[in-house]
This record gives sequence, C-alpha cells and structure tokens, in this order.
Amino acid sequence: MSDSIRSLFLRLAPAVDFCSLRLVEESSEYLAVRQDVLQPPSTGIERGAMITIMDGGGCGYAATSDLSEAGLKEAIARARHWAQAGAGRSVVDYSTLALPRQSGVYAGPAAQEASPLPRKNLIELLMRESRACRINARIVDWQAWLQVIDSSQRYLTADGADISQQFRYFTPGLAVTANQGADTQTRSLGGQYSGYCRQGGMEVLEHAGFEGAGRRVAEQALELLAAPNCPSGSMDLLLMPEQMMLQIHESIGHPLELDRILGDERNFAGTSFVTLDMFGHYRYGSELLNVTYDPTRPEQFASYGWDDEGCAAGKAYLIRDGILERPLGGAISQARAGIEGVANSRACSWNRPPIDRMANLNIEPGASSLEGMIKSVERGVLMETNVSWSIDDSRNKFQFGCEYGRLIEDGELKGLVKNPNYRGISATFWCSLKAVGDDSTFQVLGVPYCGKGEPPQAVHVGHASPACLFGNVDVFGGQ
Amino acid sequence: MQDYFHRLASLLDGLLRGREQYKCWLAGEASDFVRFNRSAIRQAGHVRQFHLTLSLLDGLRHAKSTMTLSGRIEDDHPLLERTLSSLRAQLADLPEDPHLLIATQVQSSEHVAASCLPDSSAMIDEVLAAAQGHDLVGIFAAGPVYHGFANSLGQRNWHEKASFHLDWSLYGNGDKAVKSAYAGREWKGDEFRARLALAAERLALMKRDPISIAPGAYRAYLAPAALHEILGMLNWGGVSEKALRTRQSPLRRMREEGVQLHRAVSLTEAAAAGLAPAFQEDGFIKPDRVALFEQGRLAGSLVSPRTAKEYGIETNGADADEAMASLDLAPGDLPMAQALAALDTGIFIGNLWYANFSDRANCCLTGMTRFATFWVEKGEIKAPLNVMRFDDSLFRLLGDKLEGLTCERELLIGSESYGARCTRSALLPGALVSEFRFVL
Repeated sequence: MSDSIRSLFLRLAPAVDFCSLRLVEESSEYLAVRQDVLQPPSTGIERGAMITIMDGGGCGYAATSDLSEAGLKEAIARARHWAQAGAGRSVVDYSTLALPRQSGVYAGPAAQEASPLPRKNLIELLMRESRACRINARIVDWQAWLQVIDSSQRYLTADGADISQQFRYFTPGLAVTANQGADTQTRSLGGQYSGYCRQGGMEVLEHAGFEGAGRRVAEQALELLAAPNCPSGSMDLLLMPEQMMLQIHESIGHPLELDRILGDERNFAGTSFVTLDMFGHYRYGSELLNVTYDPTRPEQFASYGWDDEGCAAGKAYLIRDGILERPLGGAISQARAGIEGVANSRACSWNRPPIDRMANLNIEPGASSLEGMIKSVERGVLMETNVSWSIDDSRNKFQFGCEYGRLIEDGELKGLVKNPNYRGISATFWCSLKAVGDDSTFQVLGVPYCGKGEPPQAVHVGHASPACLFGNVDVFGGQ
Repeated sequence: MQDYFHRLASLLDGLLRGREQYKCWLAGEASDFVRFNRSAIRQAGHVRQFHLTLSLLDGLRHAKSTMTLSGRIEDDHPLLERTLSSLRAQLADLPEDPHLLIATQVQSSEHVAASCLPDSSAMIDEVLAAAQGHDLVGIFAAGPVYHGFANSLGQRNWHEKASFHLDWSLYGNGDKAVKSAYAGREWKGDEFRARLALAAERLALMKRDPISIAPGAYRAYLAPAALHEILGMLNWGGVSEKALRTRQSPLRRMREEGVQLHRAVSLTEAAAAGLAPAFQEDGFIKPDRVALFEQGRLAGSLVSPRTAKEYGIETNGADADEAMASLDLAPGDLPMAQALAALDTGIFIGNLWYANFSDRANCCLTGMTRFATFWVEKGEIKAPLNVMRFDDSLFRLLGDKLEGLTCERELLIGSESYGARCTRSALLPGALVSEFRFVL
C-alpha cells in the first residue's frame, strides 16, 4: 500500500523548496483483565499521512486520513498555504535549512514477525496472573494488561529520500491495590504506567518477570500496608532503575530538549534552567554521571534508524563525566540554535508535526555493585518504582514519590517503608551523585506516554539505568 | 459530516447477522493549528481526521475496534466490513462480560453550531500584528469538531461545534510571564487586542525585581486558573465511583469518614453548560448536572455504565474514565476586585503547575507556582515571586483554611488536545485561603 502512496505523492508533489510525506500505519491490540474479568478487548487501525512543505522561507504541514488522490491533493494545498502564510514571519528562515535526503530500511525486534501468541492464550495468561493476585481480602483491586502495537512508517521527500521503518511495541503491566482502614497502597510491576515496555515480542514478558508477578506484587502490596511511613530527614538515597528512569526523564531529559531551551514550550510544558551558553563546560552532575542519547539498543522502547525529519540516529553523549556536552535537539532546532544535537525530532503519529523529544535517554553503568552501595550507607532509604512526579517549568525544583522503600542502616538493608518521597533541585541534585551501579544493576525500561508540545503529543520514550546512590537528599513519608 | 456518519451507521445496520448489535462512536475534526514563539510562527498546519470506534455485541460477548476513516464512504465501506468480520471472529474466543451495560432506551439528539469563523489566516494576521513588540508564545487552534454516536437500536446522536482557542503567554524577563487565553465561536479582533493589552499591563508588574520566600505557610489568593490545577486533580480518580469503591480515591475519607470541606464548596459536573457532547461513547445521555460536592459534603460521583453494572447502581452517563468534562464550582461572595485587599499580605497565585498527589489517602497535592504569581503586602502587589513548591491537602485548602470564593467566575477551555481537540471546560471562581503550605 505504501508503494502506491509513494507513486501518488511523487506525482502530486509541487515545485517547492522542500516537500515530504510521512505515512504512519499502525495496528494495535489492548487486552486487560481486572478482578478476573476480561475488560472489553480493543484493537486499532491507525492510518494517515502528513505532508510538510517548505517554500519561500515558510513551513506548513497538513495531516490527513484521506489517502486518496483528492485527499493528498487537498493536504498538499493546505500545507503550501501554511508555508506561504509563514514566509517572513517564522522563527527561522526555512529556506536556509538543509534537511538530509537519506534512504534506508529499519526493522526493530519482532517487527516483521507474525502476531504474538493467539489472543486466547494471551487472555489466559492475563487471567492467570489476575487470579493469582487475590491472596487476601485486603486486596481490593487488581488488574493485568498487555498492549501490542505494530507500526510501519515511511518517510519520503519529493527529491529522493525514502525511509521505511517497522516497529513492534510491547507493553505489559500489572497493578494491585490493598486497603486496610484508612490506608491504601498500590504496588505494580514496573510502575502504574508500564515501565517494562520494550520493542520486541513475547520475550518482553520474560524480561518483565510477568509470569508469577500477580502473587509477588500482591504480597508486596500487603507488606506495604503493614510497613511504617518513610522517615523524614536529610539522608542518602539509593534509587533503583524503576525510579531512576523517572529521575532521568524529568530532570535531565526535559531540561536538555533544545526546543524548550529555545522557548517553544514556554506556554505549556515550560522552559529550562539550561541555557545555550552552558554546553561544553557546565557541570551538570558529579564526575560519575554519564548520560547518552542511544537509539541503538534495538530492544529499547524508542530505538529507531531515523527520526521523523529523516536524520540518521546514532548514540551520542549528552553529559560526559558530569559535564554537559550537547542537547536533545533535531535538525531544525540545531539550525536555529547553531549547536550540534541529535536525531530526535519525533511525532507521536501522522497527525502531529515532529518536535524535539527524548527518544532513548540512558545513564551509562558505573563500577559499584548494589551490595557495595548499600554497605557505604550509614543511614538512608532505597526507593523503587515511581508513583508521583512533579517538577517546575524550568525543570529544577522537583518532588517525586515511590511505591516502595527500604531503610538502609549501618550498611545493611532493613525493613520496608511506605509512602517514600524525596525532593530536590536538578541543578544540585546530580552533583550529589555518590555512586553509579554496575552492569548487574542496569535495566532497560521505558515510558509509554511522555506529554509535550502544542498541540500536545504523547510519545514513547526509553530509559535505561543502573541503580544510583545520592547523598544528603531531603526524604520524607506520608502524614 | 453528519450525513456521512448516518450513512456509515446505515451500512453497519445492513452488515449485522442474527442477534448481533453494534454501537459506534465517531470523533472527527478539521483543525488549523498555529504555534507561536517570540511573536513569530513556529509551526503552522492543518489536521483532518476521523476515528470510529466500533463495538460488536453478541449477547454479553463484545469487542471493539478503533479505526481511522478517510471520510469518503466509498473508501471506508470495505474497512468497515473487514473490521466487523474481524470483531465477529474475536467474539467466539471471548467470555461473557458480566459488567456490560447497554443503552437500550433510544435517545437521539442533534446539536450543530456551524462555523462563523473567518479564515484562520486572517485571525493569525491579527495575532501577529498585535503581538509585535511583545514576546508572545502559544497555540492557536480553530475549526469544526465532530462527535457522533449510533447503535443498532436506531439511536443517533450528533454534536458539531466550530470554535477557536488561542492560548498564549506574554514573557518578560527570564521565566516571568503572564498567561492568557481567548476562545469562542466568533472571533472579535478588538476583544483579542484588549486581552493582549491587559496581559501586557500585568506583565509590567512581572518586570519588577522578583523575590524569593522561605518555605512555610502563607495567606494566598488562588486565581481561577490556579484553583483549576488543584480541582482538576480530582479527575485522577477523585470523583470516580470506581476509585471510591476500590478505596483509591483521594476523596475516600469524605465518603467513609465524613470529612467535609467548607460549606461554600459546591462542585458540579455541568454537562448542559459545557462544550463537550451531552452523550457518551456507549450512548448514554449525560444529565444536565451531577452534584459532586454540596455545601462541603461529598454528594455524588461520576458513574460510568461499566461501574454501574459492576456495583449494581445507576449510571449517570459518565465517560469510561469517570472524569469531569464540564467542571462547575459555585461562586462565593468575595468580589474579585477586592481579592487583593482581602488577601492583605500574602501570595497572589495566577497559575499552578504540574500538580500531583503526594499522599492520596489525605488528598495531599504537590505542585509549583507559575506565571503571574506575586508577593502582596497590605493589598498591594509588591513583586513577582520566584517559583515555589507547595504541598498541602485539599481537605485543608478548601476546608477550614478557605476564607472565601469570588463571586465572579472564569470559563477555562481545555487545551490538552492529545490526539484530538479537547472539549473539556471549567467554570470556577478564585479562592482566598488563610494558609497555603510551601515546602521548597
């Protein structure tokens, strides 16, 4: 089908400075079992295209779900209209931009394989884990779910670029809620927003430890009910990967997005405490901090070959030995800022234009074992799995809460604590990084819905991280 | 579009077999989006899209599929046939759904507010001309939005509204800015320019040297937009009946322990006054008003058809997420013009940002101040405030710490157009509180 769209597009493309078509075709399936009852099964078929035209210094787009000749003609006319309307009145003279014209093919893990297990088997798997959650009358709600999205994307320009990419996104999740009196605790597998999302097939379930998770997670929810509140005070904080991914996302990822730094997001998602003059010398964190944009781990949720402006993706250090090196900015933002970025201009689908997004943003493993980090702590808390997140519009003052905490005293892991929270300031928090876990603590995780942009878009993001130890953090529990 | 939707429904009527039933929900739009930064165009374009969610039911077995439609019946007909066949094949493998509630009472409706907007380019010309000399950043959206419901019982509902929404900020120095909006069905350039001038006037105050305050409890006035950030959090499983039943709602203590808010607090889901369709995706009709808080007491909740069946109660036409689409907080008796005087010394909060629950059991929220937030002394604005983090309980803020709500209210139009144009709205006053806890 996409070949016929290509022929049509090449025939209809007008004589302008630049004209591209980005076609997205997706099929999806969502299955969930709540309290041992199958929720209405849902499938989806998404199909549409975005035309982008640059001409006379302006840029316009038009997205349409009508892929007939008449539909594409209308989209081209509308994109051209908006390009003309923006000429001489845009944030950049688009006629000075040189977007690449590359061609190639990319397929993520399992992207070209047949569907995973038959639906009946998947439902049975979900039902099994759901039933396993019901271990006690204090378990008051529970749910297990799976989502599989098969996505095909084709990027064409009128003057030769032709990129085809295929992905399979696999998102498992499970959450259990326990209640006793005034206290309600929810424990989940990888977070209530499906942190074990990855690209691939059934192996994603194995990585997530999905089989057997129902009983395990339910037991932890009950244990949390019986646990005391997290203590308050300034102490060491050991963050496991399920919380590190949120910490990276909010206080490294978003502040390094170049479009935020350029001010595009100031009316909605916000700005950044990072300014253009910081790149190359600003100490973002301790010398143990190494952060990469890495689209090359095939199994990670936001791996790809090219971004949505046709730029080839490759691994790059954003922060090396604690020093800020480069932002998360695609080709257009790089041209506006005059600074080198990465291939991260991405759209959530065919109906939204690409903007600077995180893609995969990872912390490179260090040299400390988990045991070694615990042994080094005189008084602190280990926290795992995000449940609450809030940060200011410059991405500086944050407060995060986790599902699960463990006290650390005199170098030993002690009892469970509930409602663990901490707060800090990005600009100083990363300088308190005392130890970075080794490969044995490293996990590849992700965020299925990262919101940003006007109009807003929710995209897939990947985060891989080891466990990390921070010193003198303001920690507190519930009331 | 309405004729096209009715033709789709007729096609589906003819494709059913035996005792099969269907229901379907159409969401469509033809929207212009223009994004601004520094009073110039950042991105400009058009989105034309139609999505149909089709459910096939056979007794208590059912499955659904959401598909992109072209809007051309000759192209969409084969897709409908294929999708229906696929759903039919699925049903054989599915168990019966004990929580399925079907709308059996046929209640058709039609609401069409056709466009009386000028061409979007003309509105953009006015925005850019007025913004010269300012640093304006934001988003303009305009065009028709369509919603339709149909089922095999013959129910047909149609909601079509053309509108515009300009949501923008004027920036001064650094992160100091004033946020404004202008929305409606009829564009009036003079009104936009007046709003821009008012924002510029307020921005002048933001250019004063900002001050920082120490963490602690302060008197505060929350403008309607700031209060909305707090009340909007009740859409995260707050007023949801399912969340209340499963003891996950932050309002659980109001239902189970009789915790009450201030008597001035009356909150309603007011579908009749909102912008969203008065029917939901399963074909149930929304009542004009659902009381949620009445004089400080938890008076009700939003009950989706599924929750109703599960717990053996009546649905009140709530959407599946059991969230407010047309929030309405009753006004109080404090004139907005006297808010600063009543505040005396404390913090005027224009906007809050990025709220989240810090302790759901006690309805504690954390978040940040943003945009026009000032330090006030003896009823006079002294200086803009550098951003502060709050962490406080709704039970306190709208309970014994609430001193008054303003008698004027503001209508706030949702701008969260993830995937599709937002139709949510909120009508609410400002709030004066004797204590608001700041922690960082």
